[in-house]
Amino acid sequence: MTKKELLQKLPYKKPFLFVDEITAIDENGAKGTFLFNEDLDFYKGHFAEKAVTPGVILTECCAQIGLVCLGIYLLNDADIIAHGGIQIGLSSSQMDFYEPVFPNEKVLVVSEKVYFRFNKLKCKVKMYNANEELVCKGVISGMLKMNENG
Amino acid sequence: MIDNNRYESLRAIIKIYLPEDVKASDINEDSHFINELNINSAHLVDIVLDVEDAFDIRLENEDMDQMQTVKDALQIIDSKVSAK
Repeated sequence: MTKKELLQKLPYKKPFLFVDEITAIDENGAKGTFLFNEDLDFYKGHFAEKAVTPGVILTECCAQIGLVCLGIYLLNDADIIAHGGIQIGLSSSQMDFYEPVFPNEKVLVVSEKVYFRFNKLKCKVKMYNANEELVCKGVISGMLKMNENG
Repeated sequence: MIDNNRYESLRAIIKIYLPEDVKASDINEDSHFINELNINSAHLVDIVLDVEDAFDIRLENEDMDQMQTVKDALQIIDSKVSAK
């Protein structure tokens, strides 16, 4: 599966797609980038006085790049097609935040697989800003399983 | 006939993943992990991984599918441990 095909298999659409590009992927982890465009809707309210990317959105970005992209890569391509897609659910996240991300900042997410067993994928994730400073890091787990209608 | 040491070790693992509305004293041999102990599928995986470490065994997908109740888990542990 190419990196471009992988992006097409992601089940997200704007305004809740937080992956622009996958820059590296193998069975042990994924790397990808996202530009937080100033036009994103949540900046109108977070915060009213000064726009800052919400921590939950940074977590989501880490999960989409680090966990979901990796999970789709790890699952058998033919199986996904045969089952008509996959079901994804976040099961746990533990994140620590170090630097704010302002509108129009581009971030890099790097994930490292802890395990993928019995449909549960657990990863360590780190997000860096354009100055290569650590924005946040943590551990995210999710369940990825084939649709039942296969 | 169940091995009490194994049963107690398993209970200790299960206890960690119980939701707040289920008490440790509610765990018995016939308890169904998902329907009675309210353990979600992600935590069931955690239990299996802890069981693997505790008993030095490895479970496969079929074992996971069969593991519905505490008794099922004990049977799988027994057969894996004796096959070592």
